[in-house]
Amino acid sequence: MTAPVQPHAIGTDQPRVDGVAKVTGSATYAYEHPVEHPVHLHPLHSTIARGRITAVDTSQAEALPGVLTVLTHLNAPRLADTSDAELAVLQTADIAYRGQLVGAVIAETPEVARHAASLVHLTYHQQPHDTVLHADRDDFYTPESVNGGFETDTDSGDVESALREAAVTVDATYSTPTEHNNPMEPHTTVALWNGQVLTLFDSTQGVHTVRTTLAPILGLDPEQLRVVALNVGGGFGSKGMPHPHNVLAAMGAQVTPGRAVKMALTRQEMFTVVGYRTPTIQRVRYGADADGHLTAIVHEVLEQSSTVKEFAEQTAVPARMMYACANRRTSHRVAALDVAVPSWMRAPGECPGMYATEAAMDELAAACGLDPIELRVRNEPEVDPETGKPWSQRRLLECLYEGARRIGWSDRAPQPRARLEDGWWVGLGVSASTYPHNVMPGSHAKISYAAGRYSVQIGAVDIGTGAWTALAQIAADALRCPLDAVDLQIGDSALPMATVAGGSSGTTSWGTAITAAAELFRHDHGEHPEDGVHSEAVMPELPGPLETAIHSFGAQLVEVRVHADTGEVRVPRMVGVFSVGRVVNPRTVRSQLIGGMTMGLSMALHEQSITDPRFGHVVNHDFAEYHIAAHGDVADIDVSWLDEHDPHANPMGTRGVGEIGIVGTASAIVSAVHHATGTRVRDLPVTADKLLE
Amino acid sequence: MIPFDYQRADDAASAVATVAARADAAFLGGGTNLVDRMKLGVDNPTLLVDISRLPLNAVDVQPDGSVHVGTNVRNSDLAAHPVIRAHYPALSQALLAGASGQLRNLATTGGNLLQRTRCVYFQDVTTPCNKREPGSGCSAIGGYTRYHAILGSSPECIAVHPSDMAVALAALDATVVVVGPDGERHVPVTELHRLPGAHPERDTVLAHGELITAVHLSPTGASRSAYRKVRDRASFAFALVSVAATLEVTDGTVTRARIALGGVAHKPWRASRAEELLRGAPATEDSYRRAAEAELADAVPQGENAFKIPMVRNTLVSVLRELTPTEEQR
Repeated sequence: MTAPVQPHAIGTDQPRVDGVAKVTGSATYAYEHPVEHPVHLHPLHSTIARGRITAVDTSQAEALPGVLTVLTHLNAPRLADTSDAELAVLQTADIAYRGQLVGAVIAETPEVARHAASLVHLTYHQQPHDTVLHADRDDFYTPESVNGGFETDTDSGDVESALREAAVTVDATYSTPTEHNNPMEPHTTVALWNGQVLTLFDSTQGVHTVRTTLAPILGLDPEQLRVVALNVGGGFGSKGMPHPHNVLAAMGAQVTPGRAVKMALTRQEMFTVVGYRTPTIQRVRYGADADGHLTAIVHEVLEQSSTVKEFAEQTAVPARMMYACANRRTSHRVAALDVAVPSWMRAPGECPGMYATEAAMDELAAACGLDPIELRVRNEPEVDPETGKPWSQRRLLECLYEGARRIGWSDRAPQPRARLEDGWWVGLGVSASTYPHNVMPGSHAKISYAAGRYSVQIGAVDIGTGAWTALAQIAADALRCPLDAVDLQIGDSALPMATVAGGSSGTTSWGTAITAAAELFRHDHGEHPEDGVHSEAVMPELPGPLETAIHSFGAQLVEVRVHADTGEVRVPRMVGVFSVGRVVNPRTVRSQLIGGMTMGLSMALHEQSITDPRFGHVVNHDFAEYHIAAHGDVADIDVSWLDEHDPHANPMGTRGVGEIGIVGTASAIVSAVHHATGTRVRDLPVTADKLLE
Repeated sequence: MIPFDYQRADDAASAVATVAARADAAFLGGGTNLVDRMKLGVDNPTLLVDISRLPLNAVDVQPDGSVHVGTNVRNSDLAAHPVIRAHYPALSQALLAGASGQLRNLATTGGNLLQRTRCVYFQDVTTPCNKREPGSGCSAIGGYTRYHAILGSSPECIAVHPSDMAVALAALDATVVVVGPDGERHVPVTELHRLPGAHPERDTVLAHGELITAVHLSPTGASRSAYRKVRDRASFAFALVSVAATLEVTDGTVTRARIALGGVAHKPWRASRAEELLRGAPATEDSYRRAAEAELADAVPQGENAFKIPMVRNTLVSVLRELTPTEEQR
């Protein structure tokens, strides 16, 4: 293992390297990458949810001045590999979900392309479809594994006996709706085929991920596909893997060689083909002794996947490690519906899973007559219950105590519905947060030296998180050089291979590769290198994650107000205290945690994609109807973290921060709503009608 | 979006003549709703006549105390106007409850009245909608109805009018000044919008080519008035329900109440039955509740929006309670 990095630049508050460019509008996002004389692509989407295309009439569209071509399954280039059915775009007449890509217009202007798209007439043979997840379905199946490679089911001890003998039990079913990631920057791709190399300027979380996935599908050698993503306006998982639109853009480039094809999905299209969080139905059963010690944990998850391709979220995984308990069962069951493929959305698994299990902890606390923080104290495990490994660090209780101090928990009335102020019921709620320390092997970094400057190259992507800044800080400390002597280059598959910006793994995976390259560089070239020397290293295997259980933890505490007349919910105060290892850049880490908590608030109160089962598509597919928390919903967010470093995690002592902020927010809010009103809302989001009296 | 021509109007009369002469022409005000609909393919005018630069942008207080609001007055300017804030607080509050700051800076008075429903099926050209395509059917019935009507709907359409401002104007007895090819006429705001009936494609009583040039506010006592908008999100959300009301109380008795409801019907819903019940009733929560329940007696929920009935009742009671003079104020 590489030696621990001594922090100098790490831990200091640094303005974003890309900040000025972004706030002045000069940062180049994928769609804005300058290309000469481009053409514009507008996609066509199926208007049925299942069936096949029986006739295609493109004559009106093709007759429109400025239209170059209309692609459909009849004339689209054949793909070299169609084994990934989601990405096998325009290869057959079959329709598997509404909104599926069924064609594209390529034209001289985006306006002409869009208008022409409305003039293409497709005739369908429609078949009955089924797009609704509900608990009474008879077609749930057991996937082989769930996202992340986790076991589908676990069972230890004897939960049924433990539940029978428990002094106190909770048996509650929670549901979360479909949610769409909706980064501010929509998915965009500019594709240019010069006959030899296909270049994609893409809004993605992983340039090498796109290359590795798409090259075989397009029949290209990896060297023939270059993917560039210098700036990305958010992804939240929806840009973690390529989606069908990337293939469509690549096809567009193939049929218009020498001219760049520009494609930007509309906001409505963001609800069709770029992934979403599966809806879940989660039954949680707890048994406890009279003192609130858990004797049984059962977490059974129902969720949806697609007939096109399986994606099974790991929703019940956090229940396997969160609390001490001798008897425990977790399971995932999936129904394959006539819908688009679900995918990653910020903290897949942990976010919806911890919503249910933490909300149930609040119910258990009430059933035991215990303070919800005290209940968590009593169930703190000494080692990881799942693996038996020692924790690298588990400082959940310190987070809870500090959070309690900050929000004034000691003044909280033990019973609900105790405080009515100016017509608003007021309550406080708490939840624990956790997120695993994910390490993705395979990243390379290259360091070169010339004229007093170190060039650090790695194909990482900054999706708005601050990687441009944090990786430079890590490189400076790993090289033991000033921060301003580092020239970082990221966001291009021409750079050394890097893993995806996902699973809160980026800083660990890329930073460890940079650290290894820096160590090799100093070994090879010393403290006073000659101009032109360089070293390249792959991320070494980290022993810490093999020997210890490494997770981040946090506490979220919120004040909620519920209007006594209307049921409207407002959240004037949120407190988050986190244990996330060493913080590389307090400024950007703070933003990540605030952003996560805001998104958690949004999940609790607002977000839901409404699928109309008659049509099979999301009907509230714009920002007027799909609500995301607005400024008016977000008041005082107090974010802090413990001063620490994790010696087992990686040479920097860091753990990820991108996702833990959203884990637990929703359960803290529903618990606070219960404390305010006495009403338990178990089905998200908590809208006004559910609290109307 | 289809190709279209654009003209900037020189004066109201020529704008009216131009639009009236061409069936697929439309007036362009702030563009905050029409342009969205054009992008979605919901509206496909081939000629836009831009009236936003016509000098119809003054708020004039008349000698009799009434207020004449030009059609091009921006929502943000009207909300901030000192006379509106002092004498018509419900109007100012309604304007500020609408849309976002950016949109209010662009949206105009006349345009606000003429915005069209946000029914998701109306806005999605891949689903049937009688309002968008007469005779094609109503997808909202049996569909996603959280925001839909509970009063005055028809088997053809259950959409609601989305404006906040219009609800306040309906309660305040405002009239609109309309110029058409045949001259000028005045239409009470309560009669401007239609119930859907058999023709949901028609939102208002205006004929094609008629242009709203102004809104006229009568000088009646509206200084004790309020607008309350209930919504899941604290800003930038259409009303689940809303209430605009004025209340006059003498010696503990309601002498006059004017009430309009939003988010419940195809038009701003003047609650005349509740107003009638309140006249002469004691200014108590009990009276308010009875009046609200009487107004809602004919309400018909659509699937998932049954909550609107208690929500309107509670909100109306809440607003009237707030407007009731306290002991010190009597």
